[in-house]
Amino acid sequence: MNFNLTKEQEAVRKMVRKFAENEVEPIAAEHDKTHEFPWEVAKKMGQYGIMGIPYPEEYEGAGGDHISYAIAVEELSRVDGSTGVICSAHTSLCTWPIFGWGTEEQKKKYVPDLASGRKLGAFGLTEPNAGSDAGGQQTVAIEKDDHYVLNGAKVFITNGGVADTFVIVAMTDKSKGTHGGITAFIVEKGFEGFSIGKTEDKLGIHASSTTELIMQDCIVPKENMLGKVGEGFKVAMTTLDGGRIGIASQALGIAQGAFDKTVDYMKARKQFGKTLSKFQALQFEMADMKARIEASRLLIYRAANFKDLHQDYSEASAIAKLVAAETAMYVTTKAVQFHGGYGYTADYPVERMMRDAKITEIYEGTSEVQKIVIANKIFGKK
Amino acid sequence: MAYKIIVCAKQVPDTNEIKTNPETGTLIRDGVPSILNNDDANALEEALKLKDAYPGTKITVITMGPPQATEMLEECLAMGADDAILLSDRALGGSDTWATSNAVAAGIRKVVAEEGDFDIIFAGRQAIDGDTAQVGPQIAEKLGVPQVSYVKEFSIDGKEITVKRALEDGYELIKLQTPCLLTAIKELNTPRYMFINGIYKAMKYPIKVWNAADIGVDLNTVGLKASPTNVFKSFTPKPKEPGKKIEGDTDNDLAKNLLIALKKKHII
Amino acid sequence: MAIKDFNAVKNIWVFAEQRHGKLMNVALELIGEGYRLSREMPEGTKVCGVLIGSEEDIAPLADELFAYGADEVYKLADPLLEQYTTDGYTKVLADAVEELLPEIVIFGATHIGRDLAPRVAARLDTGLTADCTRLDIDMNNYIDFLVRDTTCNTKGLTPEDPKKDLLKQTRPAFGGFLMATSIPPRTRPTMSTVRPGVMKKRDRDDSLKGTPIDVKVNLTEDDIKIQVVEVVKAAKELVSLTDADIICSGGRGLGGPEGFNLIREFADKVGGVVGSSRAAVDAGWIDHSHQVGQTGTTVKPKIYFACGISGAIQHLAGMQTSDCIVAINKDPDAPIFEVADYGIVGDLYKVIPQIIAEWDNAEDLANHAE
Repeated sequence: MNFNLTKEQEAVRKMVRKFAENEVEPIAAEHDKTHEFPWEVAKKMGQYGIMGIPYPEEYEGAGGDHISYAIAVEELSRVDGSTGVICSAHTSLCTWPIFGWGTEEQKKKYVPDLASGRKLGAFGLTEPNAGSDAGGQQTVAIEKDDHYVLNGAKVFITNGGVADTFVIVAMTDKSKGTHGGITAFIVEKGFEGFSIGKTEDKLGIHASSTTELIMQDCIVPKENMLGKVGEGFKVAMTTLDGGRIGIASQALGIAQGAFDKTVDYMKARKQFGKTLSKFQALQFEMADMKARIEASRLLIYRAANFKDLHQDYSEASAIAKLVAAETAMYVTTKAVQFHGGYGYTADYPVERMMRDAKITEIYEGTSEVQKIVIANKIFGKK
Repeated sequence: MAYKIIVCAKQVPDTNEIKTNPETGTLIRDGVPSILNNDDANALEEALKLKDAYPGTKITVITMGPPQATEMLEECLAMGADDAILLSDRALGGSDTWATSNAVAAGIRKVVAEEGDFDIIFAGRQAIDGDTAQVGPQIAEKLGVPQVSYVKEFSIDGKEITVKRALEDGYELIKLQTPCLLTAIKELNTPRYMFINGIYKAMKYPIKVWNAADIGVDLNTVGLKASPTNVFKSFTPKPKEPGKKIEGDTDNDLAKNLLIALKKKHII
Repeated sequence: MAIKDFNAVKNIWVFAEQRHGKLMNVALELIGEGYRLSREMPEGTKVCGVLIGSEEDIAPLADELFAYGADEVYKLADPLLEQYTTDGYTKVLADAVEELLPEIVIFGATHIGRDLAPRVAARLDTGLTADCTRLDIDMNNYIDFLVRDTTCNTKGLTPEDPKKDLLKQTRPAFGGFLMATSIPPRTRPTMSTVRPGVMKKRDRDDSLKGTPIDVKVNLTEDDIKIQVVEVVKAAKELVSLTDADIICSGGRGLGGPEGFNLIREFADKVGGVVGSSRAAVDAGWIDHSHQVGQTGTTVKPKIYFACGISGAIQHLAGMQTSDCIVAINKDPDAPIFEVADYGIVGDLYKVIPQIIAEWDNAEDLANHAE
């Protein structure tokens, strides 16, 4: 087992880090204030292939592996958590289900635009009454002639206000519930009856667009059903398995970024006649943080590697997200602490990183849901 | 119109990241990453812009260096270059700029022999380790083509090239024809990043590695022993002294003493 | 073709760079340096200014070169040389070197010098060292320099070293972190480009006179492969904080927005860009675009003048890696003095006008301050 990255993966890290430092970091604080979506950056990410890393070139992806993808999301998140999730939600939650579950026609129609970044994607599962209990879908899809009519609302949808393509699940047969009663659909922004509702004002990841989706007699052609009737819950759960690798990478990046900034600050800040870096109590805490960060990294790469090998990665990705998200919250909180009063102000980026970190413990499956996934693997579902 | 472009590039230590030992003043070279030289990235970018405008244009990047210089060539390929050649041979080691230009010119002649004449050679103005700005013009002399250095703006129409050449206080507007050699400065353009799909392709690309025999260069014109300049001594300046308080009885004295201190250290 | 017979060459040539009939200051600095070196070399070694250009442009310049110490002046005149071109100047200079066999040829490391010198050196197959900040013949002087100003281990280096008569050309590399002395063991002439503003001009003495020597040039239009359509003097383009070589930065110590009038005057004088601390921006004295620091721009200029800036950690974060920090502040305990290379405790409203007044005299002041 070789724990070193391949030449390609090192090069991806180098490229995305440079891109993040030049293009993303300079505008991160401003966009956090204005809540403005970074369109220019998203466009450039598309041009360079960052929005389709794990998809084959024949579909205009970059032809890369999932560890490279994880590295890219990490490097973006290291300077700005919002940009990290813009990439991750798009790549894992929209492009992936179409690529993994779609027919050849659907793949050809939708994947190139998404993988190239010409269009942005989003995933609509969560509803006001269906969060962790995702199976409790209240959005309904009724078959009629050559199409389905969707009625309902989705909430907390990342990229909601900016996406062109949506993978949406709805209840097609309430009596069957999660086992055959839910179906997935590819919905385009322009479909009749589809609109964007409220934009959320969040604690963090301000530049990421999080909105409500409203389906009011929304007409979806039959050929846009993704997977078979009743397979929707499986589509959603398998999608989230991969999405977790992305969010874990976002959490890791946020943690690493906060840690790096804290190291710089501690080397510069002097109190009691010496720099903070010379105080053993603080050194020990930094060592603890580093250990947790490295552990998160390896768990992420392990899950990504399983995915590349087409092995079962469901538990591995849950473990990775659980640990990385907790690490992000822990590291960023300490980072603010070690910056002292300055860390609490917007002069330094660590307060933003701490606010950004919190969501990683919540979305794409709360830490509690991750524990359910892991416990089911330990004890079996019965 | 499809052009044949050669880009001369060098892998250099990132001197912006170099630190000195504050006590001894010696350079800390460990952990300093190697990069594509900044001005050479501008040179490559101008070639890539030309290729964007004229599809079918071929860009060949050539470098003289140790085996690890292939990393830099991979980066150039990932940015969009078509072909990459490393000139590497013990016999080339220790070359000064004259010897280097002989080797690179020989390498370029081999490319010409195999693929036909080039239209433009783009080189960076200078490398951030050697800082001489000599190799570009010397390659142009060895190949017998006209040169324009310090290029800050470039356009081409068929065989007619128009460039702005930077002076300290302005520029010269110059017209010339292909074939020629141009050296690029930072103001010329903003280099693109590697493309993600470019990275995967570049790592698999069979980079050509040529030795002295392959390029048929006269061994009496390359390497340490043939170089007309040799390094006698190399050293670092004394480490930065702790801050000095400028003394003076009047404000005029203070100003004068400050300027004298700055001038003596060649800071101004 | 490389000149291999070291006995055949003699004298130091200085490329007396002129543009539109005006000599570059570095040309005069190099005459001074060439004069100094020639007096350390075998008796009779001369320093010769070499003028290249049109007759109208260069004829009046010979007197100036003699007045600044040139023993000889060569004129390479031709209408085709009125505008600098690599091809024209390389040909006539290389021809002249082959005809008249100088031992050393030095150029100012200007944009033109750095374009011309390498081409000439390659044509003559001779060695060229770039951007020298020091030239030595005398071994004792050189050893003293190494001991006094560098970390060089001089063990075993004596005035009797076999390399003692070679021109020792010292120059920065690695962006200035490293210095190297190069020597020319096997080719002549020895060529160097020299950094402007480093060597000492001699005092002008109009009693020193001479007759320039016209060197026949062999140049046709076909020799010149490029066409200079026009030469444009550009107004100083607005340089950004991150690209600036010099930054004049003002802080709370200015006391009010009018303080930036002085800072602007200062910046204009020294060719710098105006910066500011956060305090000044927050007080509304200047626009945020000038702010240096944690929430502003991070800068790394050659010189950072911190005027009335205390040096709080958010400001330091933005400028502490500057090559040279000069602090001017009333408060001797201001933290900025801990990172400054040069500190002036004083009233910036009194000191800065004096710096502005004396700025152009810096070279003279330094020369006479021994």
